[in-house]
Amino acid sequence: MTLDDVPALARGCAILGTGGGGDVETGTLTAVRAIDEYGEVPLIPLSEVPDDSLVLPLSGIGAPTVAHEMLMSGEEPLLIRDEVERTLGRPVAAVMACEIGGSNGVGPVGWAARLGLPLVDADGMGRAFPEVQMVSMYVAGRPVNLVVLADVQGNVTTVRPIDGLWSERISRAVCVASGASALMADYVLTGAQARGAVIEGTVTKALAIGHAMKDGADPLGALCATLDASVLITGKVIDVERRTGGGFVRGSLVIDGTGEDRGRLLRVEIQNENLIALEDGRPRACVPDLITVVDAQTAGAISTESLRYGQRVAVLSWPCDPIWRTERGLATAGPRAFGYDIDYTPVEELNHG
Amino acid sequence: MADRTSGGTVARDLRIGVDVGGTNTDAVVLSAKGEVLARTKQATSADVTSGLHAALTAVLDQLGDDVRRVGRVMLGTTHATNAILERRGLGKVAAIRLGGPATTSVPPAQSWPADLSAAITARTAVLPGGHYVDGRPISKLDPGALRAVLADVAEEADAIALTSVFSPAFADQELEAAEIARDELGDAVPISMSHEIGTLGLLERENATILNAALYRVISAVWDGLQHTLAERGLDVTTYFAQNDGTLMAIDYAVRYPVLTIGSGPANSIRGAAFLSGLTDAIIADVGGTSTDFGVLYAGFPRESSAGVEIGGVRTNFRMPDILALALGGGTVIGPDGSVGPQSVGYRITEKALTFGGDTPTMTDAGALVGRGAPAGSPIPERLRGALGSAVETADQMLADAVDRMTLGKTDQPLVAVGGGSFLIPDALAGVAEVIRPAHGDIANAVGAAIAMVSGTIETIIPAGEGRREAIAEASGVAGRRAVQAGADPAGVEVVEITEVPMSYLPEPALRLRVKAAGPLGNL
Repeated sequence: MTLDDVPALARGCAILGTGGGGDVETGTLTAVRAIDEYGEVPLIPLSEVPDDSLVLPLSGIGAPTVAHEMLMSGEEPLLIRDEVERTLGRPVAAVMACEIGGSNGVGPVGWAARLGLPLVDADGMGRAFPEVQMVSMYVAGRPVNLVVLADVQGNVTTVRPIDGLWSERISRAVCVASGASALMADYVLTGAQARGAVIEGTVTKALAIGHAMKDGADPLGALCATLDASVLITGKVIDVERRTGGGFVRGSLVIDGTGEDRGRLLRVEIQNENLIALEDGRPRACVPDLITVVDAQTAGAISTESLRYGQRVAVLSWPCDPIWRTERGLATAGPRAFGYDIDYTPVEELNHG
Repeated sequence: MADRTSGGTVARDLRIGVDVGGTNTDAVVLSAKGEVLARTKQATSADVTSGLHAALTAVLDQLGDDVRRVGRVMLGTTHATNAILERRGLGKVAAIRLGGPATTSVPPAQSWPADLSAAITARTAVLPGGHYVDGRPISKLDPGALRAVLADVAEEADAIALTSVFSPAFADQELEAAEIARDELGDAVPISMSHEIGTLGLLERENATILNAALYRVISAVWDGLQHTLAERGLDVTTYFAQNDGTLMAIDYAVRYPVLTIGSGPANSIRGAAFLSGLTDAIIADVGGTSTDFGVLYAGFPRESSAGVEIGGVRTNFRMPDILALALGGGTVIGPDGSVGPQSVGYRITEKALTFGGDTPTMTDAGALVGRGAPAGSPIPERLRGALGSAVETADQMLADAVDRMTLGKTDQPLVAVGGGSFLIPDALAGVAEVIRPAHGDIANAVGAAIAMVSGTIETIIPAGEGRREAIAEASGVAGRRAVQAGADPAGVEVVEITEVPMSYLPEPALRLRVKAAGPLGNL
């Protein structure tokens, strides 16, 4: 991973953020700074991590507004690595993104540079999700036996939660005490434990998305081809509704079709990320499949916070990693996990006859 | 106030508004009742000063003996913007951030274009300080460390930019650090504080603050030019600068916060259009030679942009009017297939356009063909009529789309067309109730400067539940006091805008609150 890869990675992570995951801008600056200072980051497949070495999944936790104002000190990855190695008595071999979508997909490049470690070409979501337990490691049944948080002051907190749900609850409380922003490692795994429990190839995928969007004359077409995505609708944003509830920004978005889609309306339900796309009351796509709203011209991702009336957009959807389509995957991050009373149907079944 | 120099009592009830744009410098003299008593349009000079001098001289000459009645001069200018784009006349800045140990992962000015950074930054430093989102300090301010940095930059830096984490909500450390800086460097070195410039979002606010500090000399030069002309005419008047939200700053404030003049051109157009049309809520289209700027007038003021603004390749987040710029103006070139722009003949329209005997089909020619604007001076060749006709249809669709985006689908609003190319706007446009073309619309920006009010704003974080009402009332009081400090008549100050934005992922429900108060200038 070189300095030139970072902007492409950021574009790809914004697409995989499915409307959430935080602004990639600050993460990009941090990554550029760290590579500049500490050198380039090798990207390695999980197969290169030895069985008994550790994979360190890192992510920022907290309020995006706070992270945008109170930037990290930069020392947090060192504090976490040292604590993890001390506690588990093994070396950390590589850094991994917990979440490839949004800012948490770009940040690990900088954190890996700071540590002088390679980055594993994998993550725990293949997209962005709002809660700590919504990761493939949880779905795969790996124990979350160690959570370490570090904050801007250098405070390090080690949590030994009994499961992923408690991990979310206690981590969130520690994060609040740290000023609503912290860096976190959870689901620290050995190479052996990581195999089969993480989603591989997602950094490469984000990079490919970023390059495809930039290089072609038809960014939207290139993006769809790279993702194998269906265009649910192309049109104009005619309504954006937002409200806060339970710490999340919830709301919905209505798109009025233009061109070939004239006369159609698509509604997207939002909870930080885009969760469900509905037409005439019927789902056209839903979590954990990915739904992203992009600018119709540039194909650049539009986050749920920057959606505005009048934007010309395309709504894309494509299949999630198979791990999310398992029974436990759907229980964790299917429509019902977000409070919607609908059954999950794969996006390709909803949109191909 | 009496004019004692003339021996008699003369009402000083006239105002001069000046707008120094990229192409033209416009000036207007308004009476207390708002009548246009004198006006002019002059070419903007490279040095700004001589064009400003020419415009002021022209209107003052038109006034004759009434010159003595001029009490105030309001200046709007895009000169600061151009100085950044051209890296011209910028000062060297020491950028000091209070936030350590937080924020050290990205130093100040990291993302800047290298040449701009080289032109501006004398030194950057991250020192202990700043606040958490709940107001607790991240670190105490370290006066010793601050003094050491200041002493180190004293020789090199023309200005200081201070940015503290969460200062829009908790400004005390920036204020304390500014005190120390004044103590260390004296009053001659201007100090910019971020909480007076931008909103939440550390790097964007810091960027705006550094740009602000770098512009100190630029705006001082404009002010000196203005003072020189006024002194030459023996005029003792109060002068103001127009700022991005369509309100005024006293000169001492403008000299400290020049970056706030950057969006004043479009803001003045919108306010001027409002005044000339008598409307408080409308869509404004300012049509020039190369582009049309759409803005929204809401409760008498320009609607502000919620997105960040990039200036000279630097991301910033200070308050700017929400403008949609369309590459469509009087000089926009029409292709052989009827395509519209984006190229424009710009100021060379009088030699290039067909109607003036030139060889380039433009929107002005297309307008003339369908009866908009002046009839064609030279005949329009038959073979181009089809292309020009379809260009009008395309342009009208572009205008209608822009109106739709700006009105958020509300279709009952009037549109005020101003600027030299306003004849291009058709009388009927989808989504518009009525097209209004006020007299003197071609100098709406100078009028906007002349009639501007003064304002004060505050941005803070407040609880969403209990205590919300009290917090809003308190913030409203602060905004009102800031308006009075800027020169508003205390009796006329009103809260004109309250914006609440919920914050996500916080333990206690909280809101970002912004309150703006504004009022007319006090009597002289």
